[in-house]
Amino acid sequence: MTIEGVAEIARAVRERKVSAAEVTEAYLARAAADELGCFYRLDPTARDQARAVDEKIARGEDPGLLAGVPVALKDLFVTEGLETTAGSKILEGWVPPYDGTPSRKLKAAGAVLVGKLSMDEFAMGSSNENSAYGPVRNPWDRARVPGGSSGGSAAAVAAGLVAGTLGTDTGGSIRQPAALSGVTGLKPTYGRVSRYGVVAFASSLDQVGPLGRTALDCAHLLEAIAGHDPHDATSLDRPVPNYRDACARPLGALRIGIPSEYFKDTPAAMASSVMAAVDELCKHGATKVPVELPHTSYGIAAYYIVATAEASSNLARYDGVRYGLRVDGDNLGAMYARTRAAGFGAEVKRRIMLGTYALRSGYYDAYYLRAQKVRTLIKRDFQRAFERCDVIATPTAPSTAFKLGAKIDDPLEMYLNDVYTIPCNLAGLPGMSVPCGFIEGLPAGLQLLGPPLGEETLFAVAGAFQRATDWHDKRPPR
Amino acid sequence: MPTKITADDVRQTATLARLELGDEEVARLTRELDAILGYMELLDRLDVSGVEPMTHAVSLDLPLRDDVVEALEPQLPVEVALADAPRAHDAFFEVPKIIEVGE
Repeated sequence: MTIEGVAEIARAVRERKVSAAEVTEAYLARAAADELGCFYRLDPTARDQARAVDEKIARGEDPGLLAGVPVALKDLFVTEGLETTAGSKILEGWVPPYDGTPSRKLKAAGAVLVGKLSMDEFAMGSSNENSAYGPVRNPWDRARVPGGSSGGSAAAVAAGLVAGTLGTDTGGSIRQPAALSGVTGLKPTYGRVSRYGVVAFASSLDQVGPLGRTALDCAHLLEAIAGHDPHDATSLDRPVPNYRDACARPLGALRIGIPSEYFKDTPAAMASSVMAAVDELCKHGATKVPVELPHTSYGIAAYYIVATAEASSNLARYDGVRYGLRVDGDNLGAMYARTRAAGFGAEVKRRIMLGTYALRSGYYDAYYLRAQKVRTLIKRDFQRAFERCDVIATPTAPSTAFKLGAKIDDPLEMYLNDVYTIPCNLAGLPGMSVPCGFIEGLPAGLQLLGPPLGEETLFAVAGAFQRATDWHDKRPPR
Repeated sequence: MPTKITADDVRQTATLARLELGDEEVARLTRELDAILGYMELLDRLDVSGVEPMTHAVSLDLPLRDDVVEALEPQLPVEVALADAPRAHDAFFEVPKIIEVGE
């Protein structure tokens, strides 16, 4: 099959050049032959979903923006009738009785769900090695990680196992694996996409977004899932623009902010790869503007307080009563403690412990409240910077994909890998990672940050960059 | 912020977090939490007096809805809600005894 990606498949199916059933069959075969560990399970209803799309087209009805597009979902998207584990033993065997809003909207737009994808347990990790069901291998070098926590999602897109997908991004979990696996990924503005039926990690930071081969593929996906949802009070009640059109917009006199704080400790090869991408954009009318983000170095400390505190509260619900694992105990408290001890992995326990410690009586002001105030300082940094520029360009991650096992024994070292993705979440801004080159055969990512609800600008910049370059067209060895 | 995390801190926190930890886990978490929380002392260098804590990226009006009773969607029949429970009894989730009754 030569038709690849969300936009191409949706158009071909709509124009009846290929049927949704044929596409689904091809992708089910690819998923079944997955050697990277991306898939946790396949959806046995995939062929039925495809048939329904084809029948709609045969009846002359609108099949939707994602007609016949084969997707799979990170295993924290709640899917009706299909096991959803969040990568954790504690949810093993949970078959949800409903579809979450992102899952429901994807299907309503004509996408075909072929299965569920590997992830770091409860989205906690930067390497996908915290999955309770085995790691995922980077398609560019199978000895390396794909990034995390949406590692299965990014690797599946890179290897062509799905046309496109969704991830969640709390501190970089869409953008960092997109960069390490060589695909395009967007974390929208906080609140742009409903999180109803998305297993929660840190509720003031979590956001759902697309991963695809191109900005245009991501635009299709975001348009299908964005918008207000009465089931999520934090979702924004703002109109959803035509992101596909935004991808084709000319750059005009775009001002690209370059924050020195994001380059000074970055290895030279990564910094020059990103600056070459910026120079390419400058050939098409953009200009570089130096900007300052002076509180950048406080991001990781503030993030790991806020995120772990909120996680310790969100994960209190996994107690062996209503779903998932139960380990018996003599009394209720012992049952809780044993169930959680057996069900959670090491990183999740570590974060629950950190968060519980930070929220202990008497420590709230010193940790959580102080961190929330630091978020305001970081947000103000960005507000000032966006007075002088339209978009900010940085590396997505300080390095390319690292080896499996290289950082797993040093949690702080692993956390430091999120240094360039975290401030965007703390400030609630949209951020995108776009393939911008290779360093010793491994993909590098250009991160584009925009002001709140600046997704259209990000799509315009990424669209222009992908018309001018072919990094996004490079494919890993099969 | 306090400086040194002890094994007792870890045990007390584990009780609050409803986590049963073995001795080895307590020792490891004591080291790790001490290192990570030590790193977070970085934030003490910032003067945050007079700074409002951040809640949302976009200023939100408090959403109000009409004061009418609405059914939660999707409505789950009891047997569906209980289908994933590790143990259920009639229309209830079953848990170990909570209240001890003296002889």
